[in-house]
Amino acid sequence: MSSLRTPAGGRIDRADSLSFTFDGRRYQAFVGDTLASALLANGVHLMGRSFKYHRPRGVLGAGAEEPNALVTVTRDDARRTPNLRATQVELYDGLVAESQNRWPSLSFDIGAINNLLSPFLPAGFYNKTFMWPRSAWHKVWEPPIRAAAGLGVAPTLPDPDRYAQQFAHCDVLVIGAGAAGLAAALTAASAGARVIVCDEQAEMGGALLSERDATIDGQPAVAWVAASVARLAAMPRVRLLPRTTAFGYFPHNNIGLSERITEHLADPAPSLPRERMWQVRAREVVIATGAIERPLLFPGNDLPGVMLASAARTYLNRYGVRVGTRAVVAAGCDAAFAAALDLAAAGVQIAAIADVRAAGAADGPALAAARAVGLPIRACSTVLAATGALRVAAVRLGVVAANGNVSPGDTIACDVVLVSGGYTPSVHLHSQSRGKLAFDEALGAFVPAAPAERSRSAGHCRGINGLGAALEDGACAGAAAALATGHTATTPRFVATALDAGIEGTPGALPQLASVIPPAKAFVDFQNDVTTRDLALARREGFESIEHIKRYTTTGMATDQGKTSGLNALGFVAAESARKIAEVGLTTYRMPYTPVTFGAFAGFARGDQFDPVRKTPSHDWTIARGGVFEDVGMWKRTRFFPVGTEDMHAAVDRECLGVRNGVGMFDASTLGKIEVVGKDAAEFLNRFYVNNWANLAPGRARYGILLRDDGFVYDDGVIGRLAADRFHVTTTTGGAARVFGMMEDYIQTEWTDLSVWITSTTEQWAVVAVQGPKAREVLAKLVTGIDLSPTALPHMAIAHGEICGVPLMLFRVSFSGELGFEVNVPADYGTHVWEAIHAAGQEFGITVYGTEAMHVLRAEKGYIIVGQDTDGTMTPDDAGVAWAIGKTKHDFIGKRGLERPALKAKGRKQLVGLATVDPQVVLEEGAQLVATANRPAPYPMIGYVTSAYHSAALGRSIALAAIADGRARMGETLYVAMPGGDIPVKVVSPVFYDPEGARINV
Amino acid sequence: MLIIDCPYCGPRPEPEFTHGGEAHIARPADPSQATDQQWLEFLYLRKNTRGVFAERWRHARGCGRFFNALRDTTTDQFLATYRAGQKPPAVPVGGER
Repeated sequence: MSSLRTPAGGRIDRADSLSFTFDGRRYQAFVGDTLASALLANGVHLMGRSFKYHRPRGVLGAGAEEPNALVTVTRDDARRTPNLRATQVELYDGLVAESQNRWPSLSFDIGAINNLLSPFLPAGFYNKTFMWPRSAWHKVWEPPIRAAAGLGVAPTLPDPDRYAQQFAHCDVLVIGAGAAGLAAALTAASAGARVIVCDEQAEMGGALLSERDATIDGQPAVAWVAASVARLAAMPRVRLLPRTTAFGYFPHNNIGLSERITEHLADPAPSLPRERMWQVRAREVVIATGAIERPLLFPGNDLPGVMLASAARTYLNRYGVRVGTRAVVAAGCDAAFAAALDLAAAGVQIAAIADVRAAGAADGPALAAARAVGLPIRACSTVLAATGALRVAAVRLGVVAANGNVSPGDTIACDVVLVSGGYTPSVHLHSQSRGKLAFDEALGAFVPAAPAERSRSAGHCRGINGLGAALEDGACAGAAAALATGHTATTPRFVATALDAGIEGTPGALPQLASVIPPAKAFVDFQNDVTTRDLALARREGFESIEHIKRYTTTGMATDQGKTSGLNALGFVAAESARKIAEVGLTTYRMPYTPVTFGAFAGFARGDQFDPVRKTPSHDWTIARGGVFEDVGMWKRTRFFPVGTEDMHAAVDRECLGVRNGVGMFDASTLGKIEVVGKDAAEFLNRFYVNNWANLAPGRARYGILLRDDGFVYDDGVIGRLAADRFHVTTTTGGAARVFGMMEDYIQTEWTDLSVWITSTTEQWAVVAVQGPKAREVLAKLVTGIDLSPTALPHMAIAHGEICGVPLMLFRVSFSGELGFEVNVPADYGTHVWEAIHAAGQEFGITVYGTEAMHVLRAEKGYIIVGQDTDGTMTPDDAGVAWAIGKTKHDFIGKRGLERPALKAKGRKQLVGLATVDPQVVLEEGAQLVATANRPAPYPMIGYVTSAYHSAALGRSIALAAIADGRARMGETLYVAMPGGDIPVKVVSPVFYDPEGARINV
Repeated sequence: MLIIDCPYCGPRPEPEFTHGGEAHIARPADPSQATDQQWLEFLYLRKNTRGVFAERWRHARGCGRFFNALRDTTTDQFLATYRAGQKPPAVPVGGER
């Protein structure tokens, strides 16, 4: 193993080695390594190319904040996961990882020419440079720009893995299992509260896992973590969720967690889901998400080898990896000295520690310790630049004089630069929950203020520093959360010893460089390649609001959401505009905290499980006969039944003629059905529908129209009176639920004086429509107990009897214009009766037809379909059904609305028929109508086509259209404006077939 | 996902409910007597309150009942739910927190 690996220590299992490949090269590592720690142990810092300029990039951090080291991990062609942070990829034996956004190779990348072109690619370059000619953007400029800028490539094969979803409830959800989180969990759980603890890492312990000398209650911090996790795991009311990221904080303490279950396994059991999405509803939440160190802004700050001091410390203490052999430390924060101390003790040469803080910054405990062991500290220093090609090779320091002037200092060779600009509390979840934030001047960062939900932040994520203080803060938060759920806790006391380095820093440019104009070019947002110059440019171009600067420069808009860049961008903009950071404000934190896979969101809702399907009684019968389905809401309805090689046109023609000339059958079970019962049922329907229901005799039915109170048509359907106090209401297929809801609304809240009860019976009845001149003959073979003769059962009559031994409610109704019946039987017998009717109809040549033929047949008769021929702005008069309105009624829903002047004005669009001059031309539904041919633009549209079909019975095309003053235009020639030229049409009656209605009344 | 306290069933998750707009807008007893302006106000004019707002909900995928709620539109916190026909209960100004 490489000399960069320490001889002992860390959380890796040195007895268990493994191998993996990165860009095709094989490397050795230990169980417990991440991809980043293993590459560093092998001396590899170059892990990616940047998004825009293709600059070589190394790993900056050691956790979720990583902006640079994004890799693709591939198991097979379908399991290729792009854009994973190498710092969070747990190694397994045989793992295959590749770098991204480079060609042909990571070390030689053609796209790096963008770096030389960078003066021409400033913020918003695509808005300025490529705007002319206008059409060129999509065709010429955008494709190569998109191809060159980029991240990993998603697989094109379907995802073969399963993703689980689970709901959970608890008293206290603890997010983050570092010092504060574990203390909170122990306290709340000991009080008896039901606790869930989630942590994004494989091992719980947070920053404690990176500590070398810290102790808690007399034992090393990592031993205390192990003991605490074991204690929690043994408690029956505690659930521990490692590898689980709390990615979103939703209203009413609903927290989204994403658990990675098999990502770290070399050979996962097929029974395991890959990930699990948790929706936790917590009575109280303790946010203990820690803090993230910030980089410093200086030229070359993005070179491989420049990394956060805390990350170097983590790689050393947790993974046993020295990140280099000779380090320069740029200390903008006391914590940098702690990292220098640990690395020096591990044998890394500390070439220099440049204390880049403003003069007068207080000495912290880590600085004092570093000074005591004689580390080479240079006060009043600054970093002028880091230099190198694919790895940092040297740092040019600057010397700051007492008057603030900077003069060039030494150039120091090194292979790693540790930077620390202070710590940013991870307030993401608090902010997502709409909790307020306050700027802490001493800390130089935002901390949580008043929460908006039942939550509290604890430890580093609210700016509390020091191990003992974090433990105490966590315990207090855990006790308070437990108490809020009715559990009295004893707050435990912890005895902690640690170096407790300071975490205060300075966001933005180094103090000594802040006044340099123009600003030195340094990277602020590493993932989106946003530099200090871009931010300055945005300000010069007039952007003052941080929200505008963010969008113009894209700072903070990458998938890392600006975890390392956000405060530096704010600090830089604040200094440039001579404002305080608190005045510049903060952009909004949005979920997810780290990217969540689509699979986890989709969960089980894939394929057949994607959406519920409603099936009609003829569903399987249709499949067996090759019928073609269409989706109507959740229903699967048969559109047509092709015979042999028929296309839809031929099949529909045949089906229509079959009904007109003989008999057809149609599955109408999807019709919405509502039973309205009660002594006031008729009065209720009188108030609800436009029609008069009081004079409808039992055993008779009527076509009903429903309006909203604005006077516009809302639904329609046949309503039958089964008894004095009982009605069978049918609705449109799509309108059933909303009509039922509207009925409930009026019954419950407006007309509480009525004694009426409604029940949805859509699923109770199977309905077979039998239509055509021979319909009676077919049913006569099967129906008993009903006299089917025209005198006994006239049009719009209802009778009860039996069919095939099954109770039958028979409606004599027609939506085809032919003699028609609708056979209603209990749904469970639907298939049986359907097949029986089909068999009985064979001697009459019965035709099974679908929704397409049904549409043609009703259009030939001018019967409207609400939602197709009406659009929510049509009155009954517009739709030509004003005859249905009960004229003597004092009120019904919509009556007052119809009296509004606009609804009675001239020029309203009215439904009429259209006959194309060329009978073979079928119009397009939605096409616009104009009054004159060859007119200059602009010209007014006077209407539009709502329905258009070829009518086999008439041997020509037919159409319905809504046209201004349509009924006054009968016989006029209008024009349908189409891209290929005008289509002349004649305005005709909407009833094309059998206008006298003779065929119905036989 | 909100938790909504149905006055008939108790607290249930939001997907069980449908939102019904502003509460306490009664349909005029005799619409034929309403002026065009009154009818316009009844049909269309709604408050867009920032803060505590009385609104209708229906436990559509539960008991099916309509009820009213006081919700703070700035925080999404419910201050009270109550049955249709009841007056809104008094709530402390600014809500619970």
